[in-house]
Amino acid sequence: MEHYLIAMAITAGLYALMALGTNIIWGMAGMVNLGVVGFVGVGAYVSALLTLKLGWPIAAGMAAGALAAASVGILVGLITVNLRGDYLAIVTLGFAESVRIVTSNEIWLANGTDGLSGIPGPWRADLGPHNFNLFYLGIVVAVVAVAFFVAERLCYSPFGRVLRAIRDDEQVASVAGKYVLAFKLKAFAIGTGALGLAGALYAHFTSYIAPDVFVPLLTLYIKLSLLAGGLGNNRGALLGAVAVVFFLESTRFIVPLIPWLTHVQGAALREILISVTLLIILRYHTKGLIPERLSHPALPAEPSPAHAIPSRTGAMT
Amino acid sequence: MHVLQLVINGIMAGTILAVPAIGLTAIFAVLRFTNFALASHATIGAFAGYVANVHFGLPILPAVFAAFLIAGMVGVASDELVLKPFRAAGFITTAIGSIALTIALENIVRFGFGNELRGYDLPITRDWRFNGIRIGPQQVQNLAIAVAVMAALFAFLAFTRTGKAMRAVADNPMLAAIKGINADAIGRVVSFVGMGLAGLGGMLIGLDTTIDPLTGFRAMLSIFAAAVVGGLGSIPGAVIGALVVGIGEELSTLVLSHDYRSAVGFLAIVFVLTLRPRGILGQRAY
Repeated sequence: MEHYLIAMAITAGLYALMALGTNIIWGMAGMVNLGVVGFVGVGAYVSALLTLKLGWPIAAGMAAGALAAASVGILVGLITVNLRGDYLAIVTLGFAESVRIVTSNEIWLANGTDGLSGIPGPWRADLGPHNFNLFYLGIVVAVVAVAFFVAERLCYSPFGRVLRAIRDDEQVASVAGKYVLAFKLKAFAIGTGALGLAGALYAHFTSYIAPDVFVPLLTLYIKLSLLAGGLGNNRGALLGAVAVVFFLESTRFIVPLIPWLTHVQGAALREILISVTLLIILRYHTKGLIPERLSHPALPAEPSPAHAIPSRTGAMT
Repeated sequence: MHVLQLVINGIMAGTILAVPAIGLTAIFAVLRFTNFALASHATIGAFAGYVANVHFGLPILPAVFAAFLIAGMVGVASDELVLKPFRAAGFITTAIGSIALTIALENIVRFGFGNELRGYDLPITRDWRFNGIRIGPQQVQNLAIAVAVMAALFAFLAFTRTGKAMRAVADNPMLAAIKGINADAIGRVVSFVGMGLAGLGGMLIGLDTTIDPLTGFRAMLSIFAAAVVGGLGSIPGAVIGALVVGIGEELSTLVLSHDYRSAVGFLAIVFVLTLRPRGILGQRAY
């Protein structure tokens, strides 16, 4: 049981990291990434291959995985950055699907649908299974803490303010002299980099990855985390990820209690529950558990009526 | 393999692909959003046709009609109940909502039918051969169905009052509203026709092979590629785009492994968006 709880805590941490990355893309910059799982897959495969085949140190492999995902993110972003937002949705979705096709078919490189096994974990042999999981939980918590800190700083920095300005009205931001294209690309690269890092952390934890691991459903889990926690703020991303993992795991225990369901029906029912929950939250656009705070904490919360005319755009430097 | 054979296969596959691609592009033109729920509607159509064909023993033509009807009705219902409120909230909400919807519907099909592969009840026929080129009678029938459906659709758009109203809303919603066209009613018509075509296309794709709950999702990349290459929002464009993608996917097997066929769709999207984002016949893409 303890083993299971630690594994779930690690999963929640990885979802939190993905949610933080996606929050920069979606919550802050207002772009849509339907291929979350593709970038996670790139990070996982790059790090796994570099450590397995070329014997790179694990930390270097993870860094390379994050970097690879961010570079691919820039390329994908570049194709559509000037077009209607729908095109980014189409391209990211197609990208994730292509990652799955390539990893399933390049047997010489990625071992096809059988996947890669024996991916090294840091001191896995020395620590033994139990201590390794605890140690890895420590690593994941540390990484999420750093990512949270960076995301918070980013959010309240001039960079973050410009992103939110772009999200709210691209034209206004561009009239204010901001080079919208570069800001969007940077946001996309940072976000997809975090996704790649989460993928690499996953690969070195489970020691096994296969194309089936990176299913489109994961993209929905991350969107659900953000919506549940409160889109546009980082604490919400963390809380939402924990809530989603709790929800997913409880459906895993509740669904088998219904006796007349087959295994496939049970799995289908779980996916229906998850997607319908997402639809309901999306439909009644709730602000989530922690709503986004719109002004910088250091700014006066509400301008008095006499000074109400200079609007908040003054803060968007 | 013979290049001519590949081109013929590509034309057949492309013509079938054109049917759901028209559905996607028509919905985009009138309702102005990319409906990712298309994938599950293709699956629903394929399974509706399967039930009509295998459980009720209907021949292929009525079964294809059932696929159109059921997918169209589900399309109207899901648009009214789920997607319409999202459209007011912007494209990100709509995109994510339609993906969630497609996964929900796909799993409802999975809940009812399970994951196993199913085949239609088709007469077993021998392929025709001309100078080493093989053509299956079933493929020719599928091609004929696809062409007839497209001809009917073009006639509908060109000659009927509703069809003209649809084009008017697509062309200029404000002017159409001033002329007293009810955009809501037209929206329901386009949801019905668009998703019906997706369902019909899903069944035509399934007739060639087998069906399972992922039938629609697997075809989605090629369908989107067809619509984007032709120009999102242009119906003749979707037909041309589908032929380009269909032939391209077949010819790609000359240089790439067969399994990469669906990645060709992604490459086509990337290529077109880089060089000519509005596609072959589209209006604009920004």
